[in-house]
Amino acid sequence: MRRLASAPEALVGLGILAALTVMALAASMLFPGDPLAIKGAPLLPPFQDWSLPLGTDRLGRDVLAELFHGARASLAVGLAAAAAAIAVGAVVGTLAGFAGGIVDEALMRITDAFQTVPSFLLALAFVSVVGPSLTVVVIAIALSAWTGPARVARAEVLSIRERDFVAGARVIGMHPLEIALREVLPNALPPVLALSSVIVASAILIEAALSFLGLGDPNRVTWGGMIAEGRTVLRSAPFLSIVPGIALVLTVLGVYLAGEGVVEGTAVRKGLS
Amino acid sequence: MSDPLLAVSGLTKRFRRSGTTVIAADNISLSISGGETLALAGPSGSGKSTIARLILRLIEPDAGRVDFDGGDFLALHGAALRAKRARLQMVFQDPLAALNPRATVARVLDDPLRIHGLASRGERPDRIATLLERVGLSPDLAGRHLHEISGGQRQRVAIARAIATKPSLIVLDEAVSALDVSVRGQILELLLDLQRTERIAYLFVSHDLGVVRAFAHRVILLEGGRIAEQGDARAVIDNPQSTIGKALVAAVPRLTRTQDRS
Repeated sequence: MRRLASAPEALVGLGILAALTVMALAASMLFPGDPLAIKGAPLLPPFQDWSLPLGTDRLGRDVLAELFHGARASLAVGLAAAAAAIAVGAVVGTLAGFAGGIVDEALMRITDAFQTVPSFLLALAFVSVVGPSLTVVVIAIALSAWTGPARVARAEVLSIRERDFVAGARVIGMHPLEIALREVLPNALPPVLALSSVIVASAILIEAALSFLGLGDPNRVTWGGMIAEGRTVLRSAPFLSIVPGIALVLTVLGVYLAGEGVVEGTAVRKGLS
Repeated sequence: MSDPLLAVSGLTKRFRRSGTTVIAADNISLSISGGETLALAGPSGSGKSTIARLILRLIEPDAGRVDFDGGDFLALHGAALRAKRARLQMVFQDPLAALNPRATVARVLDDPLRIHGLASRGERPDRIATLLERVGLSPDLAGRHLHEISGGQRQRVAIARAIATKPSLIVLDEAVSALDVSVRGQILELLLDLQRTERIAYLFVSHDLGVVRAFAHRVILLEGGRIAEQGDARAVIDNPQSTIGKALVAAVPRLTRTQDRS
């Protein structure tokens, strides 16, 4: 934490993420009830009525309440998809790199196959076939994002498996699967985790894009959905698209800056030891 | 003497690198009896570490036969091989590289006990404490991380891990080469003491003829993957016959002092 403090951009990133987390957690306390309920006259501009500070949308729903509840979807989807992608990628990459031979070939050709399909198209196809819900969106994003971690983990494992402690684990009779997952995988993780900020940021953007296209969970407020909703009145009430747009930009920026700061921090620690 | 503990015959391994073939082990035959120390010595690149790793099946040989503990060791696979590994252990040169860098002392010693089912979960802390005491360490070290203890302590932990499964043969691959001189003497004492009490045989891989002469019963001098000379450790090192033996002895300034003292 002390090292993070020395990088001001990391602090800004962490600050944004902290604010976002507070928004997500406080959403149902500050704005109890259904954020999709009608609260006032439609298309009220921001800063006019202080009981509805950011105004209302086309149907008279409170934009600020939607924004707070939307933070939940963005954070939940971003974190869950990134966690799933890194978990799957790290395990696939470790097994491929450690087993070598035909297992490696097979797993890496599957990875290639996933990588050749544009990730957004893959998510789009998956959601439109299975049907939109938060879980499906998470799976769809993870499905297109696990290949990066898999490649990085495999490259790392290829160098780790030649190290003496892997030979040492074989000498004491450890099962190859246990060596791969318990000895090699944890040591291959740091560079994989460095990818997480990129994955979280792209997951949030893919989720927003899916919602914008109407493929998000229809029963939840999402920022992408809000932008889509505002699109029809873009000329008369641009704030309906601009407000969630700014929230989205700040969130992705925050994730990037914080991730960058963490990577810098660990790099410094490695350099010192 | 009855059947040897380890009998190796015709062991051969070639490595192909960028078109050229390097013969790391050429028709190597050797044997070790229980409680005996055999040293493999030679210049770097002479194949001594490769031979040790071939015997341990960390590398698979191209040809040859390895009989260990009354059975064909090369014929074992999967679970049978892993079970047999309990009897044949290894201590590496650099314990920090040879043990999981993230592990604690307790985990390093817990693994062999758990894998070979030598102690139940509840008994293991006691067994770990006993092992640490056996190698001259305080049981309080169990909770420490490996990077928090000294190099000599780490090598003692590595030895404790090797003896946890009560092996009959331990391969010591340059096991004392990285230690400073005072610690080296203590570790060698510990290894000799273990050999006396547990009748453990050692395959001692080293480039240091001074240590080999003091520690090993017999020595094999290697050159280019071939056995150049072998025999009683003192006899061979005091009066080498082969050219490589003479060159190696001439290259060890410490040897004259060792002789003076003894």
